[in-house]
Amino acid sequence: MKSDLWDAVVVGAGPAGLMAALTAAQGGLRVLLLDAQPTAGGQIWRGAAAGQKGAAGDLLRDVASHPGITVLSGAEVIAAEAGKPHVLTVTSPAGLTHVHAARVILCTGATERFLPFDGWTLPGVVGAGGLQAMSKGGLDVRGKRVVVAGSGPLLLAVAAGLRQKGARVLAVAEQAGLPGVAAFGVTAARLPGKATEALELAAGLRGVPYWADCAVVRASGQDQLQTVTLRRGRREVTLACDYLAVGFGLMPETRVAALLGCSLDAQGAVDVNVWQATGVSGIYAAGEVCGIGGVDGALLEGFVAGCAASGQINRLHDAPRRAEIQRRFQTVLERSFALRPDRLPIPSPHTIVCRCEDVRHGDLQGFTNWTAAKLQTRCGMGACQGRVCGPVTETLYGWRFGGVRAPLAPLPLSQLLAEPTVLGPP
Amino acid sequence: MPERTLAVLTLEGVRVTVPAGTTVLAALQNAGLSPLRRSLSGEARGALCGMGSCSECRAVVDGLTVRTCLTPVHDGQSVQRLGIVNREV
Repeated sequence: MKSDLWDAVVVGAGPAGLMAALTAAQGGLRVLLLDAQPTAGGQIWRGAAAGQKGAAGDLLRDVASHPGITVLSGAEVIAAEAGKPHVLTVTSPAGLTHVHAARVILCTGATERFLPFDGWTLPGVVGAGGLQAMSKGGLDVRGKRVVVAGSGPLLLAVAAGLRQKGARVLAVAEQAGLPGVAAFGVTAARLPGKATEALELAAGLRGVPYWADCAVVRASGQDQLQTVTLRRGRREVTLACDYLAVGFGLMPETRVAALLGCSLDAQGAVDVNVWQATGVSGIYAAGEVCGIGGVDGALLEGFVAGCAASGQINRLHDAPRRAEIQRRFQTVLERSFALRPDRLPIPSPHTIVCRCEDVRHGDLQGFTNWTAAKLQTRCGMGACQGRVCGPVTETLYGWRFGGVRAPLAPLPLSQLLAEPTVLGPP
Repeated sequence: MPERTLAVLTLEGVRVTVPAGTTVLAALQNAGLSPLRRSLSGEARGALCGMGSCSECRAVVDGLTVRTCLTPVHDGQSVQRLGIVNREV
């Protein structure tokens, strides 16, 4: 009898997920690789083509051509239950399907942290990684004036990428101080391969001012962004621009992990052991969902998870040493770009916190936790289900955002009413 | 050089030709259709996250409300921005 059980289901087709899927398939497992985006590659390799020169092209080609891997793009997990088997409910253009898995490898990556300030809801104010993603998706940025702001090494990659696409990057405004940024640069330069990467980045940014210790104050404009005001030391600087690309670092995307009962660490990342196994039997996690550490760490963790899930322990002899290098990098990254309250944007009572329901900072004063605020103000009850404002309230008010429940994405009613099909291996 | 294929879609009644592989969001943005929507209190809004989390880029594509940043363009697609939503109405 044909079984509906997949040996392994990998959620997320970024570097970690691609590597985990390939490695597990090499170990003889029948693998289903799910990804929310229309094409594989994740955010960092968005738009990369299978077979193009370099690591991304090689991995995408190897995954696409492996007979043991089935790829389902445009597919989002909306519900998940751990058990024997684990059951994932997936929405895709083909409708609602159930997927049964002996093992699940979570490679759901990270999302950008946004913080509110006056004017952040104006069209033209976008995420830093967000503008990069839009540009890779076809947005024409040629000749556009862009201010890149917030925190983290991503700002530099975004600025360089936009410039390459013809944008005029007016400044990169980083909330961290220069000593932290310099410490990060020194550590990164010592890592194998990172020095060349850093030099290329620097070349791509020649002539762009990099302002450390810089806070975003406000964005202004009538129905469209026109100017951005930043604070450098005691001085305010106002720049006229078309886009403000602003993000305050990345956060592990742990919603599917939470539904499966995986525990999180103090930084909000999924807790895993040296084999990338979570505390839930048969569930592994790899990449940024286990902590923000960049593409090299994600590839390594994906490899380890793929080996562990398929019992190829003999291939892991070098992994602990490589993992240690990545961990050191990750620690310096966290320390260098830690958010500093006196350099973060300050919302006014009128500033929107929940963009879906137009709940303002002033409306949320007097509440002491997420649940009470949500019940009284509708904060977090709109289309994004708190994915933007939940983390905001954690940073601003110290609340614990506990809003993760199925369905994880809005569903068309037609899908909810139809009987879900079961997607089994070929 | 890979072949550059094009898709022809209709943005609010106007036919536009865009490269295949573009998102519906980029097609809307490049056509200058801003704001993408009005918030509950009537504020102008545009896309924020670009990767499917924030839902600010919702629009109606072939009759279904979708996140346009996750939606690739196709030949014959019809795209409308969300009408003005108002709680009082």
